[in-house]
Amino acid sequence: MAKITLNINKKEYPLEADPQMPLLWAIRDLAGLKGTKYGCGVAQCGACVVHLNGEAVRSCVTKVSRAVGKQVVTIEGLSETNSHPIQKAWQEVDVPQCGYCHSGQIMSAVVLLREKPNPTDQDIDDAMAGNICRCGTYLRIRKAIHVAAEEQKKLAPQG
Amino acid sequence: MKKNKKTEKKNIFSVQAATAPVAALLSMLIFIVAVGASAFRKDDTPVKEIKLSMINSDSVESVKAFETVYKVLMSPRCMNCHPAGDIPLQGDDSHLHAMAPKRGVDGKGVYAMKCSNCHQDTNTPGLHTPPGNPDWHLPPAAMKMVFQGKSAHELAKQLVDKKQNGNKDTKKLIEHADDGLVLAGWNPGEGRTLPPVSHAEFKKAWLTWIKKGAYAPKK
Ligand code: FES
Ligand code: FES
Repeated sequence: MAKITLNINKKEYPLEADPQMPLLWAIRDLAGLKGTKYGCGVAQCGACVVHLNGEAVRSCVTKVSRAVGKQVVTIEGLSETNSHPIQKAWQEVDVPQCGYCHSGQIMSAVVLLREKPNPTDQDIDDAMAGNICRCGTYLRIRKAIHVAAEEQKKLAPQG
Repeated sequence: MKKNKKTEKKNIFSVQAATAPVAALLSMLIFIVAVGASAFRKDDTPVKEIKLSMINSDSVESVKAFETVYKVLMSPRCMNCHPAGDIPLQGDDSHLHAMAPKRGVDGKGVYAMKCSNCHQDTNTPGLHTPPGNPDWHLPPAAMKMVFQGKSAHELAKQLVDKKQNGNKDTKKLIEHADDGLVLAGWNPGEGRTLPPVSHAEFKKAWLTWIKKGAYAPKK
């Protein structure tokens, strides 16, 4: 056990944890943020995706020690009022079915839109192929990402 | 070897020349054709970019050492990250990597599918978990350094061609035997087979191949 401080959603969390502990465990069980889900535990499904310094890491295989001194953002920290274009598009298109995979889906989609503001279907497939949805909401995910891209364009400063 | 063949041809020529002028003319023609043809032969010749003192050059030893090198490079631990397409391979059967992560421009993946999102600095414990290395990546898009599907002849040529090997000269090629990702092949994580020989044996073969002239096998 070691004293570890994590910065999650811009808040400092002083934790007692084994540095080898998966970040997912620390986020859910120690910091008490339950929006990030456990699916497979071996980096195969994408349910546990969070941002680590902006990258969509799989927290089930990321050691808590890797996150020290970095910015962790979970689904709870994406926006204060669920107003990120991706979150709004997810609501508009009514993407989730059971919903279990969607915090991971959304965190992955946000990285895509940041790096490719106008993604093609192929870009979406390339970015999202690692996020499995047991309910098969893939077509709605794709549609919502296009909707969010449009929304993001409107919000972007003109010029 | 090439020299021996030429000497042989010359001997035959001189014997025939002594027998009759017609035979001599015929032999001369054969000789010219043979020499001409040998100028276009691509196998068994060291590739130009390699600049080594040819004092130690030995095509037989070099090609023999390359047998071991080739066996290692075509094993899943090496070939899986040198795929013919843009998706890495996975497992001892070298199937396409689950989730189809793409190479990207720099070889480090794309968008939410970057290698280091799953591959940590070290191997993740347990079966079927991502192996790790701080520098995990594929060759970049501009220089794919494909191993998959290459014959020993093709791979040997490619490895010493600066336009296809990441601009590596002889010194850099020699150093590459101890590259972190090369070494990672011998620390593949649980449940994955090792390359067919030890790293020490591989390095020995690699150095022998290069130092003896980096000859490409015929096939
Ligand atoms: S729980 Fe992390 S990828 Fe499945
Ligand atoms: S909505 Fe049920 S798993 Fe994706």
